Amino acid sequence: MTATVEERKATNKALIDEVLKAYPEKMAKRRAKHLGTFEEGKPDCGVKSNIKSLPGVMTIRGCAYAGSKGVVWGPIKDMVHISHGPVGCGQYSWAARRNYYIGTTGIDTFVTMQFTSDFQEKDIVFGGDKKLDKIIDEIQELFPLNKGISIQSECPIGLIGDDIEAVSKKKSKEYVGKTIVPVRCEGFRGVSQSLGHHLANDAIRDWVFDKVDPNKHPEFVSTPYDVAIIGDYNIGGDAWSSRILLEEMGLRVISQWSGDGTIAEIENTPKAKLNVLHCYRSMNYISRHMEEKYGIPWVEYNFFGPTMIEKSLREIASHFDDAIKAKAEEVIAKYKPLMQAVVDKFKPRLEGKTVMLYIGGLRPRHVIGAYEDLGMIVVGTGYEFGHNDDYQRTTHYIKDATLIYDDVTGFEFEHFVDKIKPDLVGSGIKEKYVFQKMGVPFRQMHSWDYSGPYHGYDGFAIFARDMDMAISSPIWGLTKAPWKKAA
Amino acid sequence: MPQSAEKIIDHELLFRQPEYQDMLAKKKEFEFNHSDDKIKSIVEWTKTEDYKQKNFARDSLAVNPAKACQPLGAVFVANGFAKTLSFVHGSQGCVAYYRSHFSRHFKEPTSCVSSSMTEDAAVFGGLNNMVDGLANAYSLYKPDMIAVSTTCMAEVIGDDVDAFIKTSKQKGSIPEEFDVPFAHTPAFVGSHITGYDNALMGVLRHFWDGKAKTTEPLVRVPDESINFIGGFDGFVVGNMKEIRRIFDLFGVKVNILCDPSGNWNTPTDGEFRMYAGGTTKEEVIAGLHAKATIVFQEYCSEKTTKFIREHGQEVVVLNAPVGVAGTDKFLMEISRLTGKPIPAVLEKERGEVVDAMADSQAHLHGKRYALYGDPDQMLGYAAFLLELGAEPAHVLATNGGKEWEIKMQALFDSSPYGAGCKVYPKRDLWHLRSLLFTEPVDFMIGNTYGKFLERDTKTPLVRLVFPIFDRHHYHRYATWGYDGAMRVLVMLLDEFFEALDGNTMEIAKTDYSYDIIR
Repeated sequence: MTATVEERKATNKALIDEVLKAYPEKMAKRRAKHLGTFEEGKPDCGVKSNIKSLPGVMTIRGCAYAGSKGVVWGPIKDMVHISHGPVGCGQYSWAARRNYYIGTTGIDTFVTMQFTSDFQEKDIVFGGDKKLDKIIDEIQELFPLNKGISIQSECPIGLIGDDIEAVSKKKSKEYVGKTIVPVRCEGFRGVSQSLGHHLANDAIRDWVFDKVDPNKHPEFVSTPYDVAIIGDYNIGGDAWSSRILLEEMGLRVISQWSGDGTIAEIENTPKAKLNVLHCYRSMNYISRHMEEKYGIPWVEYNFFGPTMIEKSLREIASHFDDAIKAKAEEVIAKYKPLMQAVVDKFKPRLEGKTVMLYIGGLRPRHVIGAYEDLGMIVVGTGYEFGHNDDYQRTTHYIKDATLIYDDVTGFEFEHFVDKIKPDLVGSGIKEKYVFQKMGVPFRQMHSWDYSGPYHGYDGFAIFARDMDMAISSPIWGLTKAPWKKAA
Repeated sequence: MPQSAEKIIDHELLFRQPEYQDMLAKKKEFEFNHSDDKIKSIVEWTKTEDYKQKNFARDSLAVNPAKACQPLGAVFVANGFAKTLSFVHGSQGCVAYYRSHFSRHFKEPTSCVSSSMTEDAAVFGGLNNMVDGLANAYSLYKPDMIAVSTTCMAEVIGDDVDAFIKTSKQKGSIPEEFDVPFAHTPAFVGSHITGYDNALMGVLRHFWDGKAKTTEPLVRVPDESINFIGGFDGFVVGNMKEIRRIFDLFGVKVNILCDPSGNWNTPTDGEFRMYAGGTTKEEVIAGLHAKATIVFQEYCSEKTTKFIREHGQEVVVLNAPVGVAGTDKFLMEISRLTGKPIPAVLEKERGEVVDAMADSQAHLHGKRYALYGDPDQMLGYAAFLLELGAEPAHVLATNGGKEWEIKMQALFDSSPYGAGCKVYPKRDLWHLRSLLFTEPVDFMIGNTYGKFLERDTKTPLVRLVFPIFDRHHYHRYATWGYDGAMRVLVMLLDEFFEALDGNTMEIAKTDYSYDIIR
């Protein structure tokens, strides 16, 4: 990182030109809009986003089903989520996202199970509504403690004209008002996971909020300090290491959306005084809806790394009285020595190391502060399925001359990393082994590489240890055979 | 404070600390769950014969099935050809899933592209996606061949892949003579093994039968080589090495038709190799002229088998033989087909594995196993268990059919240890959960998902089935050949000894049996 900002901008431009040359001309023009360099002072990152991926380029993106079943609905633990259609979608997403929860799986909790209608040719030809009807009966018989059922549509459902809404209504009536939620998240809808988040949010609005009796849980008594955690999927326990801080500052967390969440928590969320929103991308829709319909304000926060945690705790506290504000300060003070000790331990080894990120949701910007707390520099970042409002928010985090790549292709990402040679790449499972083969340290930043939590103060210690472990591993000294090194 | 900089604790221990335990206990107030008594009563009910009967009566819902969809098998196949890019026509999310699924198992990159069809393609068809997609894939990734398969989306709307590829060539996406074998792989028919079959036949048909009517079909001129078709196999990296070694020892020229072991086994030396190894076009063509083909997994290659037979070749069909008698048969077939004797090295290895089995059989004799996985591999593992005097008590294949059921029953009937063993076609792991409660066994052979059954029923799990996400590098070792039998034997024994030690560790209660010599 000795190059000046202007030099780096020139290097980025050259790199972008190089990768664009590999595309057919018409396609290069389309890709060019997604690649750029951040210019300090600009309101966004200068790239287009949320546009269809080019065919055949090895996009890293997934689909609407992944956004709905995999992200939003799947973690709601006391409901059964049916992967409705052929067997594959549910199989590949089965228990793969590390949404931690407490519960007796298969009895009162169903997160790490794969329920599917396993469509056969006859279901495609004659329609699957009757089968779905029967499936709901079978679920009710064999899993009697389930608190609700969601129907996660796979591609064929929307193509063959099934009426899953009618089936849902009928069965809900049959089972005396049971929560049954049809979600039209067929994989071909939209351009990425993102539309699936939106459709899933809308389904909660239409099929949970608008249908539930507001007095369903009369035992629930509100307090002035009730908040809901929105957009934390409890990956490796993230929501838990966040909840503990909110509770320590005197707030009462009445709901987790949706990691380790229950349908009762979702139903009671309109009683919250404030919605605290971590993953803006996947749950801003329902937050806005609750603001409009129930007058609940929402605030975005960032629990990665002590600098951002501190800022966020104060921001959240600012919505409450002085007692909460004072307690927030106590929490910050309590964890300061721990954070200092973590930084003292790892920063000397990580100072000045460069990082390239490519992730989804909130992370391409949210984790930057945590790296900076360790003295590391993020030199490139991009979103799998971000929108322009994500790139606007990203400007608050990144430095001048940061390389930006939206919906990056395998080819581009490999080329960028090969030329920029960062000390660490943070991305997903499909990218991990590509870069490790190249000798570049890597951490999966979707699943925390089977580690975590990374949220909150307790999580930051793990994050710091993991980044150090990735970069400082002796393995990277062995990638070149000694006889080749000498040559 | 639970966390400290000196000793950073992970999720496993972090959330057991009193602060978190307290927090989690208080969270229950908001969950409005059923009473503990109610939950407990349902837990117990799911262990009963009554529950099992209700569970087995279901005919529409699948819970924890042990199968994946066709295109996964097609991607496996495409990965087995030299410098070949796997191209799946349809929605893009599917490809993200296949790539992740394989990478989680092999701990290796898995390259594959999608034609990224969206709503407009659902209405107008995916021709433009194919035209642009082939052009992009060809320009960026410079393959020698693109192997096309389809997702269910493309199949439901009825895209004509053959015509689309031809149109793409006319439009200049790829050169006219560029090889683009294709296969229709609808996810709502069969499973990943069906996709393997369709995709492999797609490649053979392309090269043997005149490249989708664009050239003259090749004429078979029989030679002395032998084709080998392995089928869908999670241990392919280890097994292909072993298969090649066996043919080398025979001194027989083998055409391995589909060998992904190179792509899923590249070094970490500073370079990413997108294409490594794999069956070459020359080998595919040579395959037509081979004296015979050995299909190692019948149910992975039913159509391919028929196709090859129609081209005038003898095809020997096996069921993923594992163990001594299975390997004997495999080697004797090579010997019969080629007229070459069984190599002395292999005969010695046979003696070694029989020696090992003799040393250890007492520990496995009479042990009852539940097995699930792909139909051929179930036949292979069950046969090996019977050789060891163990009982494959429940054998289940979600993607197994009637023929497989009959074959498995015949295998049971061939051994006294098969009496009382049962075969379960088209059942899933929630059925197996019932069986493990009502008719318990000592051990289970399965994949990573079996760990949920291990947790619920305390049946120790031996991971010998794809996918294996939570143990590393098993795929590097062979399960086939005598060498593979040795490996499988050791895995069975390891689990047995671990379980026995685990069961005899209680101080002053059970540790008299905690023996150091076994």
